[in-house]
This record gives sequence, C-alpha cells and structure tokens, in this order.
Amino acid sequence: MNAPMPHLFAVTPLTRKKQRREQLARAVFFTMALLLVVPLVLIVVYLVVQAWPVLSWEFLTTNPKRGMRAGGIWSALLGTFYLVGFSLLVAAPIGILAAVYLNEYAKDNWFTRLVNLAVINLAAVPSIVHALFGLGAFVIFFGLGKSILAASLTLAIMTMPVIIASTKEALAAVPRSFREACWNVGATRWQTIRHVVLPNSISGILTGVILQVSRAAGETAPIMFTGAVFFKAIEEGNLFAYGLRDQCMALSMHLFTISTQVPDVPHGLPFATAVVLLGTVLFINTLAIILRVWLRSRKKW
Amino acid sequence: MESVIRLCGISAILFVFGIFFFVFREGGAVLFKNFKFGEFFFSPAWYPSSPTHVRYGTLALLAGTFSVTALAMVIAVPFGIGAAIFVSEFCGPKLKETLKIVIELLAAIPSVVWGFIGLTVLNPLIIWLFDAPIGLNVLNGGIILALMSVPIIVSIGEDALKAVPDSYREAGLALGATRWQLIYRVLLPAAKNGLLAAGLLGVARAVGETMAVLMATGHAINIPTSLLDPVRTLTATIAAELGEAPVHSDHYRVLFVIGILLFLITTVVNLTADLIVRGVRRK
Repeated sequence: MNAPMPHLFAVTPLTRKKQRREQLARAVFFTMALLLVVPLVLIVVYLVVQAWPVLSWEFLTTNPKRGMRAGGIWSALLGTFYLVGFSLLVAAPIGILAAVYLNEYAKDNWFTRLVNLAVINLAAVPSIVHALFGLGAFVIFFGLGKSILAASLTLAIMTMPVIIASTKEALAAVPRSFREACWNVGATRWQTIRHVVLPNSISGILTGVILQVSRAAGETAPIMFTGAVFFKAIEEGNLFAYGLRDQCMALSMHLFTISTQVPDVPHGLPFATAVVLLGTVLFINTLAIILRVWLRSRKKW
Repeated sequence: MESVIRLCGISAILFVFGIFFFVFREGGAVLFKNFKFGEFFFSPAWYPSSPTHVRYGTLALLAGTFSVTALAMVIAVPFGIGAAIFVSEFCGPKLKETLKIVIELLAAIPSVVWGFIGLTVLNPLIIWLFDAPIGLNVLNGGIILALMSVPIIVSIGEDALKAVPDSYREAGLALGATRWQLIYRVLLPAAKNGLLAAGLLGVARAVGETMAVLMATGHAINIPTSLLDPVRTLTATIAAELGEAPVHSDHYRVLFVIGILLFLITTVVNLTADLIVRGVRRK
C-alpha cells in the first residue's frame, strides 16, 4: 500500500548531464553577451587615455592651424552644431507629423503598409546613397550649391526615420481609452491629438528627437559631398560665424581628414577629435536613456 | 492641419522615390549610352581614370563588399543571437536593462569613429598577431562591421524571442526540460524567422556601411584570396572617388550607378526581412 518511491525525485545521471549542459549553455551565452560590452569599455578607455594630453578648453575653442597639424577643432565643432541644428529643425516637425499620421489617421490598408515600408527602407538606405541623393537633388537640382543648407537637408531626410519610429511608439503607448473619452465629449480628431495624445507622449517624442541629434552628429558620408569641407577658418568664439549658404567643417569629417588625408598629424590630435565626437554622441544618447527611464518610472497608466 | 499631417505622412514615400529618382537622374544617362553591363558586373578591372583604356568593372568591388560583409556576419550572427538569447532567457531584469543600454550605446558610436578604431587599434594589432604586412584588410573591416551590426541583430533577435508565447516555455518546463533544452528545441525553431530577419538586417547594415570600411579595409581594388588581403567595397569607392570625378563625366555617372545598385541591394534585403517579420506576426 505505502510502497515508498525513494527514487522518483532522486538525481539521476541524466539529470546531472542535463544540468551540466544547462550551465555550459548559460556560460557560453553570458560570454557572448559580455564580449559585446567589453569592446565598448576598452574602446572608450583607450581613446580617452590617448587623447588626454591634448584635451583642453583651448582645444575646443581654437581653429585648426598649420594645415590641421596643430590648434583645435572650433570650426568643426561649430559646423557640426549648425548641421545638427538645421537638420533637426527640418526633421523634427515632418517626422513627428508623419508618425501622427501613421498612428492616428492611417487606416490599416495597403497604402499604410506601403508608407511603413518606405519608412523602414528610408532608414536602411546606405548613408553614401543619401550623399548621392543630396548631391543630385539639393546641391545640383535645387541649386543650393555645397552649403550648410544642402548638407542639413540631406541629414534631415536620412535621420527622419529615427524620429518617426520613436514617435510612433510613444503615440501607440497612449491608451485608446484616453482618445475615446475625448471624442465622446465632442472633440475633433485633431483636438484630441493636440490636447490629449501629444501631451501624454511628449517625453517619448523627445527621446526620438534626442536620438536623431546623436545620429546626425556622427554621420560623415552624407555631408562629405553636400556641404562639408576639409578646412575652413572662422572667427573664434563667434557663434554666428557660419552662414546658411556657406560650406562648413564638421567634427566627423574632420576626424576622417586628419586621420587619413593629412600626413604627419601629431599623435594626440585625431584621438582628441575622436573623443570629443564620441563623447558628444554618447552623452546625448545617455540623456535619451535617462529621460526614458525617468519617464517609465512616473507613467500614470 | 489635417492635410499637412497627411502630406508629412506620405513624405517617407516621396523621399524614397526622390532618392531613387535623383540618383537615377544623375547616373542614368550613362546606362543608355552603350553601357557595358557585362563589364560592369563581371570584370574586376576598375580603371575609371585611365588615360587610354577606361574600364568600369565592379567585380573586385563587389567581391570586396561581399567578403567583408560575409566575415562580419560569420562573427556577428552567432554572437548577436547568443547575446539575444542571454538577454531574453537567462538574465535577470537588472542585468537585462544594463546590457540593453550598453548595446544601445554600442549602436550609437559613429561609423567614422569605428573606422578610426580600425585604423589605430586593430591595424597594429593585426600586424602584430598575424605578422601581416598591413593591418588594413578584410579581417579588420569584418571585425569592425561585426561590432557595428551586432546591436541590430541583438535587438531584432530579442524581439523575435520575446514574440514566442510564454505558454510554449511553460509547456516545455512542465515536461521537465532544462532551459537550454527549451531554447534549443522550442524557442529557436519557433523564432527562426525572426532570427533570420535579424541576420538580414545585419547584412543590410554591413553592405551599406561607408566610412568605417573606407578607413579600415586598406583601399586596394582586389579580389581577396585570404583574410589578410586589403580590399575596397562599393560604398568606399563612391566615397573615395566622387570628390575627384568631374561633375557629369562618365566616371561620375558610373559612381551614381553603383549607388543605384547599393540602393537596390539594401531595399531587397530589407523588404525580405520585413516580409519574414510580418509573416511571423501573422502567425
């Protein structure tokens, strides 16, 4: 009757083999994940160590000198600032409204699918093809010439999918009941969006905008042929030293130039430029991450 | 207001067609002027500025793009999917959050900085390790591209694993499967389409990358026979030569034709990935 079954839950060799395999798999996958983290840390540390002697406030605020073999990065830094700023001015409104259309207005049909495919495709077009497009369209066809304007427009179109994607996600996170409540009191679709949906998703949208800035700041290929130049000296300390139709220097392009095109550049100079560029981009991204975490912690629904 | 929104909504379509139209507008002319398609695709001779015998064969450039991309995927796909499995199945919420942030930051590093790393870190390392004459080669470019495309593989791969219903996991665990058996026998088969899409998007990223390969692959037009051979890719060729080619010369137009080719390659790869992902979702 009460026949004991001592071996039912005992550890058999098979179980032990299973568990060993499990441990092994876990260790292998952990190593794989770790190997992704290690390069980031190593790279940042190595670059900063190499750049340390050169980095200073003066490095940021003086123009490159003696054929870019001395001096700082002022004109490149300001150029990047201009390019990012103007591309943001173009990409943010169009990108946000495009996401509003896709999330709030578009019906679920083949045309919407086509638009979504276009957004995905736009994000995947190689950066050098964007450069060709910018050259063919803005520089030549629209006659803007090689200028900050042409380069920013190229950057804007290239980085717009970043804004569209995160805005769409932010809008989709607003519960449908919010909208229904608003429609029920007689608000139009646009009033609902303007007063309920957008205010409730503003921080998500902001995250997308920040990511666009980081992406635009790092790009090189699209601006190479549409507005960035190897060298241009501008007035130091003047924030308005560039005009919209001027060509400009850019940090990313400057790093490419001094690390491959100019011989005999002092060792620390390209490293310092790389650190400033990488630091800017990672800082902006960290900002977006902090914003996102903070936002999630105080979400009301 | 509504019409403005509608216009912005369809702007993505306008931009994609605009890109194709304007690139074709600049490069198309050369296609209708007894353009040698055979030479373009099957000849390794790329001599765009030869004074006597100009030839536009892109075979070596295609081989360059292919070799670097293939190596990058050989490295990035196992690591990316392995990391995705770890993030999605093995680790706790805190570690998961941290890893995802690191991967996001890895994705944010600009391509020119990657190229610079290839130039200053990997180049001497490869020379030292393999006793190679030059460290700017397929290996260097492949490693850099792998690091660049791993974040997208991890994030899409993790989405694919997350999309497998929890009931599958519970059923497996209830039968006494260990987590590894569960992953190997249940999750991987169930998520295989999504993981395939992750790999394809990695390929699209690697094929289209420009600055990093321009700086890290050694810039020699060459069909590689070993990992230590320098090569040049389609993208790098455009970036390197567009500045020197006189506007609207044949050379200039052929560079735009290469642009059309790249546009078509990445479009096809992306649409395929999208169709696969969509198929998964419908199921």
